[in-house]
Amino acid sequence: MNRQQWLSSTGVIVMLVLLVLALIWHLSIGTKTISLTDLTHSFYAFDEDNFNHLVIQELRLPRAIIAICVGACLAVSGALMQGVTRNPLADPGLLGMLTGGALAVVYWSTFVNAESLVWLPLVAAIGALISAVIVWGIASRAPGGTTPLNLILAGSAFTAFSAALLAIHHLLDEQTFQEMRTWLVGSLLASDINVLYWCLPWIIIGLGGAIALAPSVTALSMGEEVATGLGINIRRRKWQLLACVVILTSVAVALAGPLGFIGLVIPHVVRFWVGADYRWIVLYCILLGAIYLLFIDTLARWIIQPQEVATGLITILIGAPIFIWLVKMRVR
Amino acid sequence: MTTKQNINTSAISLRTNNLVVGYSTPIVKGVDLNIEQGKISILIGSNGCGKSTLLKCLARVLSPLDGEVLLDNKSIHSLPAKQVAKRMALLPQGPIAPEGLSVKELVAQGRYPHQSFLKQWSTEDEDAVTLAMQQANVEALADRAIADLSGGQRQRCWIAMVLAQQTDIILLDEPTTYLDLKVQVDLLDLLSDMAHQHNRTLVIVLHELNLAAAYADHLIMMKEGKIYAQGSPEKIFNADNLKAVFGLSSKVIKDAESDSLICVPIQKKKQTQKPNQALNETNKVEI
Repeated sequence: MNRQQWLSSTGVIVMLVLLVLALIWHLSIGTKTISLTDLTHSFYAFDEDNFNHLVIQELRLPRAIIAICVGACLAVSGALMQGVTRNPLADPGLLGMLTGGALAVVYWSTFVNAESLVWLPLVAAIGALISAVIVWGIASRAPGGTTPLNLILAGSAFTAFSAALLAIHHLLDEQTFQEMRTWLVGSLLASDINVLYWCLPWIIIGLGGAIALAPSVTALSMGEEVATGLGINIRRRKWQLLACVVILTSVAVALAGPLGFIGLVIPHVVRFWVGADYRWIVLYCILLGAIYLLFIDTLARWIIQPQEVATGLITILIGAPIFIWLVKMRVR
Repeated sequence: MTTKQNINTSAISLRTNNLVVGYSTPIVKGVDLNIEQGKISILIGSNGCGKSTLLKCLARVLSPLDGEVLLDNKSIHSLPAKQVAKRMALLPQGPIAPEGLSVKELVAQGRYPHQSFLKQWSTEDEDAVTLAMQQANVEALADRAIADLSGGQRQRCWIAMVLAQQTDIILLDEPTTYLDLKVQVDLLDLLSDMAHQHNRTLVIVLHELNLAAAYADHLIMMKEGKIYAQGSPEKIFNADNLKAVFGLSSKVIKDAESDSLICVPIQKKKQTQKPNQALNETNKVEI
């Protein structure tokens, strides 16, 4: 473990450096490329008449911070899901939260309020929350209770069902679809820094909880009987962990829409590097999730500028090949 | 050995009181059991007799439908989980390590109940892990991945994890299943050492009758959810009880050298043959 621990600790420093680099890149690149001098000056000597300073402080920095938060939240909640369910394919979407959040937003803008986007994050978060409660409820009524298998089955059924409802809605109501289509693939374009202020306490609770509970996730990933023997109250601990997952995913959906893939893949990439100890996995997921989404969001704004591609699509278009390459490297 | 070795030699007691355990219907039906300290108690019985269910209830994996499990006269299912885990460890049947876990990381998991958010990894933990790996003889494998090991080595690692927990009581559910006989004997020697040299109390569910008879201080025979007979192998490991519990026709003989009791099943074919005939046939084959 010493070698592993050394690797893991140095990795944290590498990750922090990468995070700073990704942040600088994110801030300086866009429709208008901004020099490093202007960038640093906007922090140390902010000049409100300088257009570049305004772009960085008012537009890009909030967006970068949101990207960091969303990336971290999704990666961590995916890792927790995979650990608790012992299913390598588990991700935050498994509890139906991503499609559930999307469905809530679409229904809200069709039936309640089509103009204002102010309530959108809250609606998304509540939709995600309700979905999780429904899936949890179904699973707990099945024989055996909320076993990983029951959760997965209930989650898949619910996800498929709400995806079908979404599709029906798209077919019948083109206008809403036009308005919502960017949001529905996950985007940081419309993200609002004010929403972040609302989310921040929840992010701290969710990530703090994940860090505190991480050692018991390792034990849980060895099976419930082993975990019981090690002194974990399985039922209570699962509740706590899923509460973290629900909080983190709701926050992410509120901030960036149903952004898939990150929650599934980042934990696996992290495991290639740090192994199976969740104290390291959670920490690395926070860092790598943040770096990855910063990087992807920069690409999303840069690839076909002055237009921008929805971040959710780039996440997958760039992420999938990288992931496949990683799997191949590992198999060797 | 060190003081940490002989953990808590003050009397501890584990017993059950009219214990009923099951899922929708009871499988264990009213068991009163008293586990002796510093001894190896081995549960045997035919498939589905409730021996594993009983062990799972002792370990708190299952809750009783009725009755209770008492650890030092306190109901084990109402005690804080971590507190119990400092006194009692469990090795379930066929545990699976997550991919990518190294041997040392696995053994270190045994320290979980001794840690808290504020008290993370201490030198005490480090010592316990090193000692447990020595005892289970897996030190040389420390940095290997669990997935790369043989069945016997893997089981040694799990036992090391349980030893690192440094509990008075250790429950093991079929720890030797699917292993070579030599490996089974090695593991049971190790466990025997833990009980008799280091005063640990072991409760083991075992399939292999002869090994159970050889290693048990206290043998418990279960039939249809109840205890059919219990006591030293000398007293209860006999043909009548084996017939009643397993429906097995056998002869129990004693190995003069080791004093171990051995159950020799009577095969149907040979049973019908007269001894002389059998002798003649073997002679023929040899000629």
